[in-house]
Amino acid sequence: MSTPFYVSPQQAMADRAEYARKGIARGRSLVVLQYADGIVFVGENPSRALHKFSEIYDRIGFAAAGKYNEYENLRIGGVRYADLRGYTYDRDDVTARGLANVYAQTLGTIFSSAGEKPYEVELVVAEVGETPDGDQIYRLPHDGSIVDEHGSVAVGGNAELISSYLDQRHQDGMSLAEALQLAVQALSRESNGSQREIPAERLEVAVLDRTRPQQRKFKRIVGRQLGRLLEAGGATTEAESSDEE
Amino acid sequence: MEANTRSTGRLPAAFLTPGSSSFMDFLSEHQPDMLPGNRQLPPTQGVIEAPHGTTIVAVTFPGGVVLAGDRRATMGNVIAQRDIEKVFPADEYSAVGIAGTAGLAVEMVKLFQLELEHFEKVEGAQLSLEGKANRLSTMIRSNLGMAMQGLAVVPLFAGYDVDRERGRIFSYDVTGGRSEEHNFAATGSGSIFARGAMKKLFHDSLTEEQATTLVVQALYDAADDDSATGGPDVARRIYPIVTVITEDGFRRLTDEESSEIARAILERRLEQPDGPRAALL
Repeated sequence: MSTPFYVSPQQAMADRAEYARKGIARGRSLVVLQYADGIVFVGENPSRALHKFSEIYDRIGFAAAGKYNEYENLRIGGVRYADLRGYTYDRDDVTARGLANVYAQTLGTIFSSAGEKPYEVELVVAEVGETPDGDQIYRLPHDGSIVDEHGSVAVGGNAELISSYLDQRHQDGMSLAEALQLAVQALSRESNGSQREIPAERLEVAVLDRTRPQQRKFKRIVGRQLGRLLEAGGATTEAESSDEE
Repeated sequence: MEANTRSTGRLPAAFLTPGSSSFMDFLSEHQPDMLPGNRQLPPTQGVIEAPHGTTIVAVTFPGGVVLAGDRRATMGNVIAQRDIEKVFPADEYSAVGIAGTAGLAVEMVKLFQLELEHFEKVEGAQLSLEGKANRLSTMIRSNLGMAMQGLAVVPLFAGYDVDRERGRIFSYDVTGGRSEEHNFAATGSGSIFARGAMKKLFHDSLTEEQATTLVVQALYDAADDDSATGGPDVARRIYPIVTVITEDGFRRLTDEESSEIARAILERRLEQPDGPRAALL
């Protein structure tokens, strides 16, 4: 008869956390930034069919890094939660804070239940307000905690490097083109300090635009519109750098 | 709601189970009591008195479709509401107008809008126009029990078919039977009169502006002969709701625009109370 090994609870949780973090770090990073008219989601995604960003409700967007089937499940769960809540009460009663809480509880329960494998995902839930002060961005790591973020947030592989780059350069009231340019610069930084080029067709970009007349503020930015914005952002940064010289 | 009251607060398993993209399917599994079709009415004698919405008309024109409705709700011989809204956007490229029991109809529209939006969010693509029309059919059929007790809902569905690049109209009966209408259609108590008017005014090269005038003319004729249909109310500034769906999506005419059309018609009717005359041969 074999004697079971004793594993301390601390060690068991640390192992689970390590497992989840490694899974998340395998994926490409993505960033979520506030800009003057809303919130922009930018990530590198070679697939056109499988999205990292999506719409949950009128003013609420969802971004995820990590294992596709796990975050896709959570996304659909979130859409069902939001739609059911809006149907039961009112569209105004669906909030990012409520949704983030439900996600945190779900991730937390899965993370600490010994019978289940921890989810290898890190989520961002964002809600665009009437004014920039009303914007909310929540980051939800694999273990069920909630981090209330301001300005910018990065999740995925190189998250720490990218978010420190963003923290230094992100300003309130940036235009969409400026925010997009900053996001792309941040994403193209490698851990060894070098830069690489991310072509426009590998970028996935979506916005929650508070100026959109429709009730649903979520919109994907693709094709020509994305090209135009990237060009405009590039032009302003070049102009700024030539001013400095 | 279960998701919010469970002690752990985590999403119940039903939320995380992959499966249908339909919100109604999800409801019927998770909270069947919230589906209107699952409600049982106690047996009643006679007809239940509840506000009824009346006339809805639709007409196609090259490039799109116009859907419009009057503003009256009646309960027996009483006018229950003067400014009820009976035409709603279903999603970006379609709209639904309702005739029948107002309370049930508004609930049906709310669920229908959600059904389309839910599908779009989960799948990342819109349903085809036929698909949307079929979903509405299912919803009307689930209301059959109520309809047999006098609480029928009979909508008119109109949309711009992005694949075929034209406006299309679908009409329904109480059993959920669905048929595509060509050129124009009407539903509700004033529909016979409205249809007569549209038959004489329609031709297949209408402009958008002519089409919006045509539907208001038809509603005027319906109100002229049907007591349950409301005409333009100049004193209270209540005018028909007129919506246009084209390649650019759904648009509801502003109050100024619809009042302008209604006032122009009213002006002409002062001289010719029966409206424009069609040629005899």
